[in-house]
Amino acid sequence: MDLRFTPEEVAFREEVRAFIRDNLPADIRERMRLGHKPTKQDTITWQRILNAKGWAAFSWPEEWGGPGWTAVQRMIFLEENLQAPAPELLSFNITMLGPVLVEFGTEAQKRRFLPRAANLDDWWCQGFSEPGAGSDLASLRTAAVRDGDHYVVNGQKIWTSTAHNADWCFCLVRTDPKAAKRQEGISFLLIDIRTPGIEVRPIISIDGSHHLNEVFFTDVRVPAENLVGEENRGWSVAKYLLGNERTGIARLGTSKAAVRRAKEVAREVRARGRPLIEDRAFRTRVAQLEVDMKALEITQLRVVSAFAKSGGKKPDPLSSVLKVKGTELLQASSELVMDVGGPLAMPAWQQELAALANEPAPVPDWAPAMAPAYLMLRAASIYGGTNEIQKNILNKAVLGL
Amino acid sequence: MDFDLTEEQRLLTDSVTRLLADQYGFEQRKSLLRTPAGWSERLWSQYAELGLLGLPIPEEYGGFGGGPVDVMLLMQAFGRHLVLEPFLASIVLGGTALRLAGSPAQRDELLPALADGSLKLAFAHGERQSRYDLTDVQTTARQEGGGWRLDGAKSVVLHGDCADRLVVSARTGGSRDEPEGISLFLVDGEASGLARRGYALRDGTRAAELSLTGTPAELLGERDAALPVIERVVEAGIAATAAETIGAMEAMQAMTLDYLKTRQQFGRPIGDNQALQHRSAEMMIALEQGRSMAMLATMSLDEPDAEERARSIAMARVGVGQAGRFVSQNAVQLHGGIGMTEEYAVGHFFRRVMVIEHLFGDTAHHLDRLADQVA
Repeated sequence: MDLRFTPEEVAFREEVRAFIRDNLPADIRERMRLGHKPTKQDTITWQRILNAKGWAAFSWPEEWGGPGWTAVQRMIFLEENLQAPAPELLSFNITMLGPVLVEFGTEAQKRRFLPRAANLDDWWCQGFSEPGAGSDLASLRTAAVRDGDHYVVNGQKIWTSTAHNADWCFCLVRTDPKAAKRQEGISFLLIDIRTPGIEVRPIISIDGSHHLNEVFFTDVRVPAENLVGEENRGWSVAKYLLGNERTGIARLGTSKAAVRRAKEVAREVRARGRPLIEDRAFRTRVAQLEVDMKALEITQLRVVSAFAKSGGKKPDPLSSVLKVKGTELLQASSELVMDVGGPLAMPAWQQELAALANEPAPVPDWAPAMAPAYLMLRAASIYGGTNEIQKNILNKAVLGL
Repeated sequence: MDFDLTEEQRLLTDSVTRLLADQYGFEQRKSLLRTPAGWSERLWSQYAELGLLGLPIPEEYGGFGGGPVDVMLLMQAFGRHLVLEPFLASIVLGGTALRLAGSPAQRDELLPALADGSLKLAFAHGERQSRYDLTDVQTTARQEGGGWRLDGAKSVVLHGDCADRLVVSARTGGSRDEPEGISLFLVDGEASGLARRGYALRDGTRAAELSLTGTPAELLGERDAALPVIERVVEAGIAATAAETIGAMEAMQAMTLDYLKTRQQFGRPIGDNQALQHRSAEMMIALEQGRSMAMLATMSLDEPDAEERARSIAMARVGVGQAGRFVSQNAVQLHGGIGMTEEYAVGHFFRRVMVIEHLFGDTAHHLDRLADQVA
């Protein structure tokens, strides 16, 4: 038993770190450093740089452009990218659609979609949740009816992240409303977001940003060749996708970057006459977060190691531990950052000053991204299966209750 | 990175698990608790025969030459059964002090006896006023004739009542709280001027108060410079009890799950209630995070950089301490009234975890040390 990385893994980490240092464009680096979300173009630019290096499709088989890394290397790559911090790869393309097409797609689908997904030539979004189907995904009602060589889709999706940026949407639709079990009448369809009959409406979230959308489908004609896997077998495709989605779910690198950021700013701001970094309560809070991050780091190594041993097929139920603790840490570290900012983290001045580009900012450059990050990350324990659902999963899969 | 056990480690775990399943049932343990010694000489000999007592002792001294991972596995198994024998006191604490500080002659004389079970050591460092401060030593040592004499008192010395020899810290220089001027000594259990008052701790394990009045003693290690050794002894104790806590948490978790599945209220198992299901999932999350930290403590023992080692051990201590509290408190809560009773096992595990947390520095102590280092 040995918790240390091998010399090869250490060298790999250095290689990744050096590549990010040398290739992440300066303007993106600065925005990320200050805690802003990457813009659409930031995400595209960085993913294309990684793809040119052969790293974007990091978890795909080599045949389809993957780098052929071990599970440990994949984890190191993701963590280094997060803690740089650099924009994340578009997970819809890389960790969701890609592996699904590799596993279930036709040869034609793979050739058509995989290279473009890796290079972010197509921006994908995920059409799963519906107003009546959140945690209970199998109750979805968006219908697809076969009509010749097309499906005709009617219904509504919600919480569709980045649908307004997207070119394509992978959707779960109901193709057999009479199936004996709800899970048996569902299919997995690839839909061009510009097909007539699709309307994307923004949902503004509590951080003030437009990230989420509602997507309405009215008599949308989708070529039958865009069906992935067999008709009415979409639930197994979705389960496979959600299993993949949980690799790297802890997003520990983001929490590490946030704690680092909090300490940096805490040297600049004062509390009761001294730098905040010298305040006992602050230091104890940081120490506690560092303990929790260390524990999760080792738990993540254990999960990755077990995953690699199982031949890389079986998602470990312990990944629910990563989801729960990982998102708790994301939330706690973003809270810490915001609390360091104090009152200067509160002004929502962007809206007022948007028209006055020459006006000096009323707050230091470290302040504006703090509250939005905190607000946005309240979603972390909701998306990808709420933390309550994760606890249900743990009970069923591991504890047998 | 590698989480696999070696073939030898698997065999070790299997044989210990078999022995304890056979010999360490809850009722068997309770009858041991009622004996004056509070633990079993017979089992101690069996551990020696199985090579468990020599586990961390080098082969040249008749030991098994095992490392921290072996001790972790053993302590975890001990934790699952609440083993009462003085392995922690004698082998982990005493043995570490002897290995690190002993002269070649002292090691030749004592390590083989430690490994075969004929010698039991105890580590007498803490004093009534010292709480968790390792530098707070007021017991003094003076030279007289060719030897040393100790004066003072030691408090909550684990298995100090039964030890054949005691590793005792005392000041040979400096004043209270100074890192320099502390030395370690070997004191014979039968020495003149040594009074021992034995008692049970809240979990039933034994400890003693020592009073030293001109007690003859033999220097162990370098004069005035014992603090680094004491720190490493305490670190070894933290890693070992972290693993023991994991074992105890595993037992409590298993007991609680079993109870949730069998106890009926309102016509169905109480485990059907989602509030209780989520609590048990949270217990499992705490246990797994704690397990990661116990591994960290174990792996850190061989870290040569003292500062890095101390930091990892402190982190592990905080992580395991908090996990241990969460799991044990909720194990009692989910059991309801039966969890409060002396006749039921869960409370005994609860008390072991409670006692462990108050040896070697509690969660707040170690979190505070980490807070000092935030940079």
